[in-house]
Amino acid sequence: MSIPQPGPFQPAPSRKATVTDLPLGGARGARRLTAVYVYEVPVRLWHWINAFAIVVLCITGYLIASPLPTMQIGEAAHQFVMGYVRFTHFAAAMILIVGFAARAYWALVGNHHARQIFTLPLFNFQWWKEVWHEIRWYAFLERQPRKYAGHNPLAQLAMFTFITLGVLFMIVTGLALYGEGEGALSWIGRGFGWVIPLAGGSQMVHSLHHLGMWSIVIFTLVHIYVAVREDIMSRQSIISTMISGQRTFKDDRPD
Amino acid sequence: MPPIETFYEVMRKQGITRRSFMKYCSLTASALGLGPSFVPQIAHAMETKPRTPVVWVSGLECTCCSESFIRGAHPLAKDVVLSMISLDYNHTLMAAAGHHAEAALEETLEKYKGNYILAVEGNPPLNEDGMFCIIGGRPFLDQLKRAAEGAKAVIAWGACASYGCVQAAKPNPTRATPIHEVITDKPIIRVPGCPPIAEVMTGVITYMLTFDRLPELDRQGRPAMFYGQRIHDKCYRRAHFDAGQFVESWDDENARKGYCLYKMGCKGPTTYNACSTIGWNDGTSFPIQSGHGCIGCSEDGFWDQGSFYNRVTDLTQFGVEANADQIGLAATGVVGAGVAIHAAISALKAAQNRAALREEA
Repeated sequence: MSIPQPGPFQPAPSRKATVTDLPLGGARGARRLTAVYVYEVPVRLWHWINAFAIVVLCITGYLIASPLPTMQIGEAAHQFVMGYVRFTHFAAAMILIVGFAARAYWALVGNHHARQIFTLPLFNFQWWKEVWHEIRWYAFLERQPRKYAGHNPLAQLAMFTFITLGVLFMIVTGLALYGEGEGALSWIGRGFGWVIPLAGGSQMVHSLHHLGMWSIVIFTLVHIYVAVREDIMSRQSIISTMISGQRTFKDDRPD
Repeated sequence: MPPIETFYEVMRKQGITRRSFMKYCSLTASALGLGPSFVPQIAHAMETKPRTPVVWVSGLECTCCSESFIRGAHPLAKDVVLSMISLDYNHTLMAAAGHHAEAALEETLEKYKGNYILAVEGNPPLNEDGMFCIIGGRPFLDQLKRAAEGAKAVIAWGACASYGCVQAAKPNPTRATPIHEVITDKPIIRVPGCPPIAEVMTGVITYMLTFDRLPELDRQGRPAMFYGQRIHDKCYRRAHFDAGQFVESWDDENARKGYCLYKMGCKGPTTYNACSTIGWNDGTSFPIQSGHGCIGCSEDGFWDQGSFYNRVTDLTQFGVEANADQIGLAATGVVGAGVAIHAAISALKAAQNRAALREEA
């Protein structure tokens, strides 16, 4: 028997960190599985850059559709209020896009936790059972949640839907809109202009891009709430894990 | 059958001088964005090629396309183009009426089979076997299909033929249908707008007659030279947009100063057309210049895209009158309240569990 130690040079362990099959040799204190290295540096870096970009994008995006009150700083030629708001939106978007691409690359070369939000084990009955268990835990129908080294199945489902697919949707619709300004012959216009007639016109793409923003806002709200709640109420570390990368567990009970 | 006349012969017959003809050729070249070297090429083509007749049919429409067309800003271009078109059949302009008109159309379709360009104004209604639009005692749908059979290419004039326009707006009781859903075996060039700009219409026809091919089209089948950019991209008020200087309400000081109409719901940023470069009525003005935002009349389904006076428009798909921000804010509020309640229950549950544990101990 061996300790399931996730790491780049180890074979992929089981999804759940189990404490049952720990070696019993050594001092009593050494039985505790204190920490598992889960989120590698690129994953953590991406998380925070992505979070920062999303905050900036939501604020500036809202201000593009509903601009600030008219300001009289100078002649129109010397004033660039809307221009700066749009520039900030586009700059943050480019950071988000590069970050997303780098994150997708890391899903290929990083540890198996890095792949978690890019794939769903949809045909795994056990996984669906654990999604259900997690839903019951949030509905106050379970006394305690299960322990997971990576994301719990419900979190995985949410992140795949709202972040992986959601951000991808925002990137595609966003580039389609950006391509309108760049021109139909620009590479962005050529690459993403097909979205506009598909959606039924530019105005509809704007509306869908808005709805996408609100879905990410709602995800963020729930994401922060459950991260804090799980940090307090679950059996493992949550918030510090996205800073240090280490998952620590609060008890030695199995599962 | 006598040989078909060339364009040049037709023009000379109309009393156009050689000098005027050369002026027309250079005007056409510049209107199409071609260099001076193309002028002799255009002239040569016009002198040697037999003229291509244009048959103009009308379905469910308001005739605004015809009205725009005959008000072409460059009278010469307009006259020339009008003389190119077979006026044997055009509801607004033809001299004949009744059976004579229908017979003339039939004669033209037979005589120039495979050589004429079909220009369609309006669209056919499909419900009740097309009975909502009867031309010469038969549904327009039949006439359209008959005219399309021998056409070399088809021009869809205006928002009606291109996208459906007002008669196809929800709930579309007559099932008015854009022509590309009825004519599927011919190249269709869309010239949307309600109506399209006169110079755009004459420009498109001239290009097709001169070069005997379709102009470069964009993804939606519109001529890229006129529909390649948004109104917003070439708007003379763009500087005020970038500066963040907007008209905040109708008739305010900013409106008098000519600030950007974005907050008044201008659809310039989502509308592809040439209004802000070519203008209307001999380049006199266009909607934004006269102080009203663009309503996006050359966009697909512009009647069903929400209010003309909001930038964030209502999404009727949800069955309620609400825009993306209202829907998003409401959903966020509901989820936020849910989170707060869930947090409160969580705290109570945790306290309960601690109490239970203490009792056990």
